[in-house]
Amino acid sequence: MSTTEVSRPAPSGPAAPRRPERRQRTFEQSNRRLKWAMLAPALLFVGAMIVFPLLFTLNLSLTDAFGAVNAKKGYVGFQNFLDALEDSRRFWPAVRRTVVFTIGAVLIETVLGLGLAMLMRKAFRGIRWVRTVLIIPLLTTPVAIGILWLLILDPTNGIANHLLETVGLPRQEFLGSVSQSLPTLMLIDVWQWTPMMTLLLLAGLSTLPDEPEEAALVDGANAWQRFRWVILPMLTTTLVTALVLRSVDALKTFDILYATKGPGGGSNFEVETLNVYSYGLTFDYQEYGLASAVLVLFTLFIIGVVVLLRRRGRKSA
Amino acid sequence: MSTSSQSFSRRSFGRLAAATALAAGGAAALGACGTGGGKPSANTPLRIMAINHVWSQAIADRIEEFEDRIGRRVSMTMLTADQLSNSYNVKLNASGTDVDVMMVRALQEQLLFSHNGWLADLTGYVEGDAGFRWDDFQEAPRGRSVTGGKVLSVPVVTERPALYYRRDIVEPLGGPPTTLDAMMDMALDLSDRGDGFFGYVGRGQRNGAVSTWSSFLFSFGGAFTRDGRSTIADRDAIAAYEYYGKLLHDAGPPGATNMSLEQAMPIFAQGKAAFYIDADAIYTSFLDPAVSTVQETVGFAPFPAGPAGSKPSNVPSWSLGISEFSRLRDDAWEFIRWAAGPEMSAEIQGLGIPGARESAWSDPATLATFPTDLADAMRQGTLNGVGADRPDVLQVGRARDIVGRPLVAGILGQSVPGVARDADAEFADFLVRDNRHRES
Repeated sequence: MSTTEVSRPAPSGPAAPRRPERRQRTFEQSNRRLKWAMLAPALLFVGAMIVFPLLFTLNLSLTDAFGAVNAKKGYVGFQNFLDALEDSRRFWPAVRRTVVFTIGAVLIETVLGLGLAMLMRKAFRGIRWVRTVLIIPLLTTPVAIGILWLLILDPTNGIANHLLETVGLPRQEFLGSVSQSLPTLMLIDVWQWTPMMTLLLLAGLSTLPDEPEEAALVDGANAWQRFRWVILPMLTTTLVTALVLRSVDALKTFDILYATKGPGGGSNFEVETLNVYSYGLTFDYQEYGLASAVLVLFTLFIIGVVVLLRRRGRKSA
Repeated sequence: MSTSSQSFSRRSFGRLAAATALAAGGAAALGACGTGGGKPSANTPLRIMAINHVWSQAIADRIEEFEDRIGRRVSMTMLTADQLSNSYNVKLNASGTDVDVMMVRALQEQLLFSHNGWLADLTGYVEGDAGFRWDDFQEAPRGRSVTGGKVLSVPVVTERPALYYRRDIVEPLGGPPTTLDAMMDMALDLSDRGDGFFGYVGRGQRNGAVSTWSSFLFSFGGAFTRDGRSTIADRDAIAAYEYYGKLLHDAGPPGATNMSLEQAMPIFAQGKAAFYIDADAIYTSFLDPAVSTVQETVGFAPFPAGPAGSKPSNVPSWSLGISEFSRLRDDAWEFIRWAAGPEMSAEIQGLGIPGARESAWSDPATLATFPTDLADAMRQGTLNGVGADRPDVLQVGRARDIVGRPLVAGILGQSVPGVARDADAEFADFLVRDNRHRES
């Protein structure tokens, strides 16, 4: 209901509108135009940066574009989508790795982040230092992190194996091994992104009222029971938001995988996720049609994950 | 406020969004088409995209001399190989005019760039300029510069594999091996993996190792293709896969399948391996005390002979081309004429950077900076060399990924023939598709 409608007088026959009414209408019209004018830059930006690339990618995905984007190309319908979905050598293993990497890393980050947030909930001496140290991995660029860990974990010259030997443990191949690469990269992701989960959950915890927990304490609930039955349910909304943000980010992980394992996600494609695969199709193979189809499928997959998480979150809340 | 919900109906929003998308799309497309369009002014710089390499650095140090020569400012951007390739993909897909001289890998990119129409035809320039002496370039690199009967690039840096070895360890055993069998035996004998010393180190990454392995393949009598047909599961190819796999699996460092030049080279430079085969152009890394502990003990030898003799690759690793979209084509040619001319080629080879001109190779002064045994190895490589080190296809990246699979299986200690047959079938399909693309 508009305030202008409330103040508008009842119609009184075909007589010409009075002056204040005319002024009011002119104001409404200019107000409407002004709104569009104010919205235009944002819409133009969204159009240029999101809508156009999406439509362009969608269009490319229906073509056999190869070599150069602006080269002659023919429409092949949904053939690229079928090719991708029938590809058990690269596409489906990449989907599996994307899911494993995301679930594994985000799960560990959530548990560790929640634990750290609970520990840091109450102020203690040196908490400011702890918080500062905690955000250092967040501030470092992923490529630098990749190179740093590559040096640390180098099977021959890296410090990690020297440390393992010092404490009597066998040397490991880490990123040089087909089987250890993905778990190692998940742990590097955990090292980098757990602080973000901690900070998000800490912010959520700081908004919770103290009374329910105090009441549970009076009723004799122990620390675990207070956490499980009082704090966790109240924290659900924050937790779901953090999970959605982090999951979408983890699904799209590229830089650290590429920096440590190179094109194709390693010699046996051992860390090739959907993002690395579509990058390779674009820049290493110049198969723009197929790459666009994989990207469209990947986008739908991400949207599906977000919808699923939000629906589960709403149910839990 | 509620007034906004009235005027901001779903339909009008849809109309505006569609109009905005179209406007944005049009603007973006126009922007892409018109990157720096129009006539170049006297202030427009000549833009050179180059690999971050000692050759580019040497040219950058002398660029003022060239600027004076053409009376135009030069802007030189140096990137890593992957960055350079991705930059071309982005800029030239948009028909960008902000690239004039392009440094390209003739064997990796030239066919594709030619298919895309990104490289200007230099035939008239190279053949019409007597002072440039096009026939002075070595036959193998010169041959790789021609695609579809047109000269599309001019080679400036060439590479052959050299055998780097530890003189202090290998010479007491009779000197560097002259055959691949002898190298295998010595590498296995010298390897002490428990103590962190390896008989052999080399590239093991699926894609990156293919160019190094090609010399083993040729020396075993194999080839990537014959008459357009895949031959990677032929007896000779399988023998070469098995040989290289065993060498790295039994005498190489752990994690070899993750090793490219950047990982393998430091292991030899730090004195942890007896043998290392890689491009001769990187020899300075072992003579630099800042990164090498073997500057006193490193030796150089020709590529050892296999059952089919010593057949290392001899390829133009970097060449110069001109973008089809360049608006400064004559200045760009002037740059190539200057940077790849007989005088500059001799001067740069004199700095220890191997080029492609016969005149420079036959001039003792240009070879004086190379260690004597390396110069001999290089000269032998240019004599026996094969002018390829990867499949001759449009999609070189995909081909290398396929060809490299049995190599990885061998390095991991798995059985090679099965993987080679599977890769052969995949490669055969790939060659059909690649041919179709070539003809399109």
